[in-house]
Amino acid sequence: MTTKLLRRLALAAALAAGLTTALTAAAQAAGPLTYDLKPTRIAPDTYVFEGSTKHFTRANGGNILNSGFIVTVDGVIVIQTGPSRRYGEEMRAAIRKVTDKPIRKVFISNLHPDYWLGSQAFADVPLAALPGTIAGIQEEGSGIADNMYRLVGDWMRGTEVTVPTEPVYGSTVRFGDHRLRLIPLAGHTAADLMILDETTGVLFAGGVVFCNRTPTTPHASIADWLKELDAVDALDIRLLVPNHGHIRPDKTCVAQTRDWLTWLDGTLRHAIESGMDMAEALELPIPERFAVLDVLREEYRRSVAHLWPKIEQESLPRVN
Amino acid sequence: MLPIGRSCMRHALIGICFSAALLVSATPAFAAASPSDPLNSVMWEALREQYFAGAPVVFDDKVKVTAPASAEDTRAVPLSVDATALGQVVEMLAIADLNPFPLILRYHPGTAAPYIATRIKIQQATAVRGAARTADGVWHVSGVLVDAAGGGCSAPPVSYAQKDWADHVGEVQARLWPADADGVARLRLRIRHPNDTGLVDGIPAFFVETLTVQAQTPGGPSELARIDSLEPVSENPVYSLDLRPPPDAKALVLRGRDNQGGEIDAIIPMPPPGARPAMTLRPGDPLRSVGQ
Repeated sequence: MTTKLLRRLALAAALAAGLTTALTAAAQAAGPLTYDLKPTRIAPDTYVFEGSTKHFTRANGGNILNSGFIVTVDGVIVIQTGPSRRYGEEMRAAIRKVTDKPIRKVFISNLHPDYWLGSQAFADVPLAALPGTIAGIQEEGSGIADNMYRLVGDWMRGTEVTVPTEPVYGSTVRFGDHRLRLIPLAGHTAADLMILDETTGVLFAGGVVFCNRTPTTPHASIADWLKELDAVDALDIRLLVPNHGHIRPDKTCVAQTRDWLTWLDGTLRHAIESGMDMAEALELPIPERFAVLDVLREEYRRSVAHLWPKIEQESLPRVN
Repeated sequence: MLPIGRSCMRHALIGICFSAALLVSATPAFAAASPSDPLNSVMWEALREQYFAGAPVVFDDKVKVTAPASAEDTRAVPLSVDATALGQVVEMLAIADLNPFPLILRYHPGTAAPYIATRIKIQQATAVRGAARTADGVWHVSGVLVDAAGGGCSAPPVSYAQKDWADHVGEVQARLWPADADGVARLRLRIRHPNDTGLVDGIPAFFVETLTVQAQTPGGPSELARIDSLEPVSENPVYSLDLRPPPDAKALVLRGRDNQGGEIDAIIPMPPPGARPAMTLRPGDPLRSVGQ
C-alpha cells in the first residue's frame, strides 16, 4: 500500500510540475495583468472609472466598482481606491494623466473590499472614512483581504490591509472651488458614507444605491437600508454614481434598489412563515422585473445566507 | 494535540494520497480500477470504504441534494437531502468529503418522509453528499460541489462571545405545520448549542449527538424519527423534518443529548386550528423564475 501510494505521489508531483510550467507559460503569453483604467468625465472636474457589474473574478481582477475623482483648484479628491494595490496604483497613474495637481484626500465609503484595498497606493494622503468603517476594517480587514486573494488571485499581489487614517462625520467641507457634503448613513453596512458634490450636483452614493446590478447584503439591515434610500430621495442631485452599476441622471435606481430589497425581505419572511427550508429558498422564483439586475441568482442566494437565519430565529417560538 | 487533531491529520494525509490518485486517474490504466464518482472527489474511495463497507452503492439522482454552489458562510451552509423519490428509506447520511470530520449526520426517518434539511460547517471547497439506504440494503448516493473560502470547522463558535452562553444551552425553538394531503407535517426546530468541533485549540468538542422526535398519544409515546448528529452540523443547529404524526397525537416531544451528557428536552405543541400545511418547492413546480 505504502509503496503504491509513494509511487502515485511521485507521479503526481511530476504531473504538477508539468502543469505549473504550462500555466506560467500561459501567464507570460498573456502579458502582465492590467485593469486598463480609463477615466470618463461625467461632470465638470469630475471623473469615474467604470467597472464591471459582475462578481469578483480572476478575469476582472475585482474591478466591479465605479471609483472616482474630483479635480478641484486646491487638489484632487479621490473616492474609493478599488480592490487591490495594483488597482490603486493604476488609478493614481491614470489620475496623473488628467492633472498634475496633488491628491488632497481619499474618501472610503464602507468596509467592503473593492472600496479600500487599493489604499496602499495613497498611503501618503489622508484616508478618510466614517468611524464605523474604520472599526470594521480594523476588525474584518484581514479576512476580507484573504478572501479577495482567493477570489481573484494574482491581481492581489502585494496588497496589504491599509486602515483609513482620518475619521470623518456628517459635515460640509470645502476643497478649492468644490463644496462636498459628507452624509453618514447606516443600512447597507453599519457605516455608509455618501458624498454629494454640491458644486456639480454629483452624488457618490457608495453602496446605498445599486443600478442594474443586484444589491449585496453581507452587512445589511434591510429596514435601515430602506431609510437610507428615503434619505437619497430627499436630496437634490443631478447625477447619481452608484458604486456598482450604471450612472444615471435620475433616481430610477433608488426605486429599483428599494423594490429589490422590499421584495427580498418580504419573500424570505413569507417563505419562513410558510414552513419552507433555507435550502429550498435558494431556488425560489424571482419575478421577471428583476431580470435587468446583473448576477441576479448568485447574489440572491448570497442574500438568503445573510438574511434567512436571523429572520428564522426571530420567528420560531420557544418551546422549553 | 487531542486525538481529534490526530484524526484530522490522518484525513489530511488520505486527502493528499487521493489527490495523487486523482491526477493519475487521468491515465486510462488507472481509470478502469476506480469506480467513477460523478463528482470526481479525491476522498470518495476512502469514504465509500468507511461508511458503506460491503454494501452495494449506486449513484442515483433520485436522491436530491440541495446546497449553494458557493458557501457564503462556511459555518452555516444550508443543506437538504430529499430521498422521497425512492419511496421507503431506512437510513440516510450526509457527508462533506473534505471536512476533517466527513460524516455530518445519520438520519433514521422511521415513519417520516426521507427528507432532512440542516446547516453545516465546511472547512474547504468540497463535495457534499446525501445517501439513502433502501430496504434492500442498497445505498443511493448523490451530491453537489460546494466552493468555499474555508475555515468553517475551525472557527470559534460565536456563542462563546456572550458571557451567559452556558445558561442558554439546550433552549429549543420549534414549530410544527399541519399535515398535508399525504399526511406529511413539516417540523422546524432550532437548538441553542455551541456545537463545537473541538478543532479550536484548548476548547474541547461539545456538540449535540442524538435527537429523537416522539408523538405523545393516548396510547403512550411513539418514536417518529431520530437523528445522530456530529461535529459538522452548524452552531445552534436547525433542522427541517417531514414527519407523519399519528392523527391522535397531542404534542410532539423532542429529546436529545450532547457529547458531554447535557440533555435536551422540549414539548412541541400541535399546530393551531386553521393553520396551513407548509409550502415546499417540489420539482415541476409551475412557478416561473429568472436569473438561473
